[in-house]
Amino acid sequence: MSVAILRTGDYLVASIQSDLSDPEVLALRDELLERVGRLRALGIVIDVAALDVIDSFAARALCSIALTAKLRGARTVVVGVQPDVAIAMVHFQLNLEPLHTALDLDEAVALLERETRRKRPDGG
Amino acid sequence: MEDEVRVAVETDDDLVTARAEGRALAQRLGFQRPDPTLIATAISELARNLVMHAGQGEIIMRSLREERRHGLLVIVRDEGPGIRDVDAALRVGHASRGSLGLGLPGARRLMDEFEVDSRLDEGTTITMRKWRVRDELELLRERRERRQAT
Repeated sequence: MSVAILRTGDYLVASIQSDLSDPEVLALRDELLERVGRLRALGIVIDVAALDVIDSFAARALCSIALTAKLRGARTVVVGVQPDVAIAMVHFQLNLEPLHTALDLDEAVALLERETRRKRPDGG
Repeated sequence: MEDEVRVAVETDDDLVTARAEGRALAQRLGFQRPDPTLIATAISELARNLVMHAGQGEIIMRSLREERRHGLLVIVRDEGPGIRDVDAALRVGHASRGSLGLGLPGARRLMDEFEVDSRLDEGTTITMRKWRVRDELELLRERRERRQAT
């Protein structure tokens, strides 16, 4: 699968390297959810800058990652949605509400820091 | 000079090929952002529907060259079970097996023209087009090139 998943502190960073087929999108979802449990991650960052197309299937898969990860105690932030891809996504009238987005990795990590600080026993 | 690309669609990997070919053809025809992405996204939706409901089929992409505008024609054809109620399938939220019913109406909104011809037990052909108006500069350049060629 052309996705690199790295761990940095309490977070997982999934960096998509090229366009993904549907089974690859689902494999990414399962892999992330498994690792959230195993590594006790508090946050997931998914970099989608390499995706030229995010159609209704991929958008739904991203939402489903965000929702299921949340049930497992982790927040998800999607970064790098290309402008043209964003325009296309709006046409699907999909509820993208569950998706937190940020422009780049730094912003995503800052967002996760704010979101997860409350949850840590030592107050961060 | 007509450009035509045909992609046989049968597996999930063919979706990736189909949308890449659609984007490349749109760019060759001079479509500006964000249109190549919108076209590739619409193709992706219909290719997925095809794999899901018919199992296999074909996508034909063809250039349309008129004096004042250029277009991209996409024909998505299968010999699958057909769509029982086309009007319902074009409404948002008409969920079919394994989907949320966003694909067809979404693809229609991404393109300029969209026609569905479906016959039960015979198959479905969806024809869609996107146009771009050619501006004066482009027309002047073409006339100049034609003069130089003669």
